Amino acid sequence: MATTTKATPGDLKLVALTRHFDDFVAVDGIDLVVPGGSFFALLGPSGCGKTTTLRMVAGLEEPTSGQIMLGEQDITGTRAYQRNVNTVFQSYALFPHLSVLDNVGFGLRQRKVADWRTRANEALELVKLADRAKQRPRQLSGGMQQRVALARAIVNQPDVLLLDEPLGALDLKLRREMQIELKRIQQEVGITFIHVTHDQEEAMTMADTVAVMRTGRIEQLGAPSELYDRPATAYVANFLGQSNLLPLELRGAATAGLVTASARGVQVVVDAGQLPADAGAGLQLGIRPEKLRLLGPGSDGVANRLNGWVTDASFTGVATTYLVKMAWGQELTVTQSNDGSARAGLGDEVTVGWDPHQAFVLPAGAD
Amino acid sequence: MAALTQAAVGAEAPAARPRRRGGLVPFLLLAPALLWLVVFFVVPTISLASQSLQTGDIDNGYTLTWHFATYADAMSRYWPQFLRSIIYAASATLGTLLLGYPLAWFIAHRAGRWKNLLLVLVVAPFFTNFLIRTLAWQIILTDNGPVTGFFRATGLTNVLQAIGLTDNNSLLGSQFAVTCGLIYNFLPFMVLPLYTILERLDTRLLDAAGDLYADGWNTFWKVIWPLSLPGVVSGTLLTFIPAAGDYINSKLLGNTQTVMIGQVIDAQFLRVLDYPIAAALSFILMAAIIILVAGYVRAAGTEELV
Repeated sequence: MATTTKATPGDLKLVALTRHFDDFVAVDGIDLVVPGGSFFALLGPSGCGKTTTLRMVAGLEEPTSGQIMLGEQDITGTRAYQRNVNTVFQSYALFPHLSVLDNVGFGLRQRKVADWRTRANEALELVKLADRAKQRPRQLSGGMQQRVALARAIVNQPDVLLLDEPLGALDLKLRREMQIELKRIQQEVGITFIHVTHDQEEAMTMADTVAVMRTGRIEQLGAPSELYDRPATAYVANFLGQSNLLPLELRGAATAGLVTASARGVQVVVDAGQLPADAGAGLQLGIRPEKLRLLGPGSDGVANRLNGWVTDASFTGVATTYLVKMAWGQELTVTQSNDGSARAGLGDEVTVGWDPHQAFVLPAGAD
Repeated sequence: MAALTQAAVGAEAPAARPRRRGGLVPFLLLAPALLWLVVFFVVPTISLASQSLQTGDIDNGYTLTWHFATYADAMSRYWPQFLRSIIYAASATLGTLLLGYPLAWFIAHRAGRWKNLLLVLVVAPFFTNFLIRTLAWQIILTDNGPVTGFFRATGLTNVLQAIGLTDNNSLLGSQFAVTCGLIYNFLPFMVLPLYTILERLDTRLLDAAGDLYADGWNTFWKVIWPLSLPGVVSGTLLTFIPAAGDYINSKLLGNTQTVMIGQVIDAQFLRVLDYPIAAALSFILMAAIIILVAGYVRAAGTEELV
């Protein structure tokens, strides 16, 4: 797709970007277009190549092959200091010998910007640290250091801002605050943000588009809701939230957009629109725990139903999460909202059901 | 990040530390060092001070007459040797810094598994006696040796002579040879403190500098150099102070025109036997070094640094 899309100025385009470390392939031919001004997240477990990709865009790592385009300009061969790209490092990497103001002004002074002081102060105001300008980084808390690092990067008004797990070192509460803060700042400055994270919730909360990476490749790319509701592979389905996966065999032709199928011998119906084009290796049915319902009496109309018994129930306030054991031994996770609907106790025999349009179908085989 | 957190914790720690009772323990711990300093530093210093203010001669004995004129006499007679010592020591310090800094950087960040071996090699010359090492340089720089041969063949001897570092077509017996000897002998004192500080330097800061438009040159001057200043200060002090008082290198590798103040003191104490002037010279050297070092440390502003 990347090779056919014409990049508008400001788009970041990666073409067959590859990076080897000796025998190890960290990034395996990534094609990607990040539209200018968007908040983009690269999501994946550690070692999936997301940070290496980011460092190549920053110019801190040289690609083995492939191309990096910024707008119409090929920046593959340029050095980090020649790129109009800035990074917020995971470790913040603030200069300990410089004051907060000098840290923020560093890039501007390197570029010989005359009013660097004014602009650095403005950037500090943006991150609400104007009163800390004279202090040294180590005198600030982790969250403040993080904001200094952010100010130090955005003050340069880069074409692309790279964020390498910038919230990883913060505690949960601060992380939530910073997620909102980052999103606000991104909308305010309108710079392209590329955010690398292994935290799926963080990626989904903040980004317009999420690319899920796996072993140096992009597994799936899309809006957070699209990735969550329509994962293309079991890997994505499991990485983004929880999923109950069942083997699926098609039994009939589509009628009114629904197809009859069998899961573990139980007859179910699935949304025909969701069948993957290539079903050669078999299919899997996926249902998110919150899409499964415990069915009470009078729910005969529900087409998809599975019987089992409750082996675990944990109440969290907003919801109760049940483990429901099926006859074939698999335990399905069911999250039932605390909305007054029926509850079940340990050992109770229950029937769970779901709306066929709320489930998804994946090709089986490789997880 | 880890380094930053540690620094932050370290900064707050002293206030939180509870006061220990049992006031005797610190004194007992200090006692051996204090005793050592009293016996081998305070007493000799006082006796040296008194010696410098005495008059008399070796046969009839010396008496304390508070004869301060000895200092003026010492300065007027030996100021060229003083000046020379400072200049040689300063050039040697600069030389060790220029050689030692890249070496320390290489060992700290580029040597990989060879790191420890290289560190041992830096210290290895110390396995040999100082005198022997310097004598070896006599052989290295000898007139019919390969080094002199190379310098002559490439015309470098003429260059050295033209800028006044040597007096003739030889290398030995010149300012050049003395400075080389000093640089060689004191290089480890420069490399080790630099290595210690550069090894701790967070290389992610270099990524950050590059990311913020600093090229290699600016990254060095704006980030690496200021962060390494504590190492530079200790390395230069450890080199400059002993080099200023050194008398072996100038004696073995120099000539009559390269006499350093250490050599004069050595001769006055052990051959001329003019103890007051030797003592006065020692005191002047000490004072000169203290003043220079104090000014230097102040200028470097080490307390400002991490």
